[in-house]
Amino acid sequence: MDFMQIIFLLCAALILGAALMVVTTRNMIHAALWLIATLFGVAILYVLLNAGFLAVVQVVIYIGAIAILFIFAVMLTRREMRDQGPQLNNGWWMAVLISLLSFGGLFLLFTNWSGFGKMMVNIPAGTDTLRELGSALVSPNAFVIPFEVASVLLLAALIGAVYVSFRGK
Amino acid sequence: MVPLSWYLTLSAALFNIGLFGVLARRNAVAILLGIELMLNAVNINLVAFWRYGDPTVITGQVFAIIVFAVAAAEVAVGLALIISVYRNRSTVIANDIDMLKW
Repeated sequence: MDFMQIIFLLCAALILGAALMVVTTRNMIHAALWLIATLFGVAILYVLLNAGFLAVVQVVIYIGAIAILFIFAVMLTRREMRDQGPQLNNGWWMAVLISLLSFGGLFLLFTNWSGFGKMMVNIPAGTDTLRELGSALVSPNAFVIPFEVASVLLLAALIGAVYVSFRGK
Repeated sequence: MVPLSWYLTLSAALFNIGLFGVLARRNAVAILLGIELMLNAVNINLVAFWRYGDPTVITGQVFAIIVFAVAAAEVAVGLALIISVYRNRSTVIANDIDMLKW
């Protein structure tokens, strides 16, 4: 058990524990805060995977924007749902069953795959992954079209969100 | 060193916790929280496959960034819908939102 493994296990415990709290806690504000803990754990995993840029993006976009949006939405809608009545619907045991079966199926699939126990290879010296990521996003031979489509998608979502939540006269 | 299997198992577990949240919670905001957990599990998988495959091929990270953008768009529209429904019906319980049910 070396240093990386200990960090990974601590991080996994943080992610799974916080995720369980997200789906079970009664208070929605607390659920949103536990979601922030989960997202932070995932950002640590990105750092362990040498994807520093994605870790920064995770903190800025997920924690800084999406989680705050959730907290605002909870504050705008909480009056009614506040801690009364059951939080889970009648079919929750079926949801547990489906989740466990799906996890079992995925795990079985993984164990039958030859690359399952693969170890990390070193990044070849002289490759700057961040530089490559940046040029791949704007290169016509790589991903410039998905990149532009994503920006159009964000614009459409912006307009759609404003339109849907606008209170008409 | 951490083998790939640990990352895959963690992301499968996270995905299924999110799936449970989506299927079992009554609050519509909580359902969106579950979807966020599932999207994060997918992102862990994408980045782990990038790192354990050929790190000079950057495709995995680009996919993860596209997933970020789609998640942001999905949350913006989803929460706008929930707030709009809340204004009209004063409820965020998914079972009670049956305006389209015939």
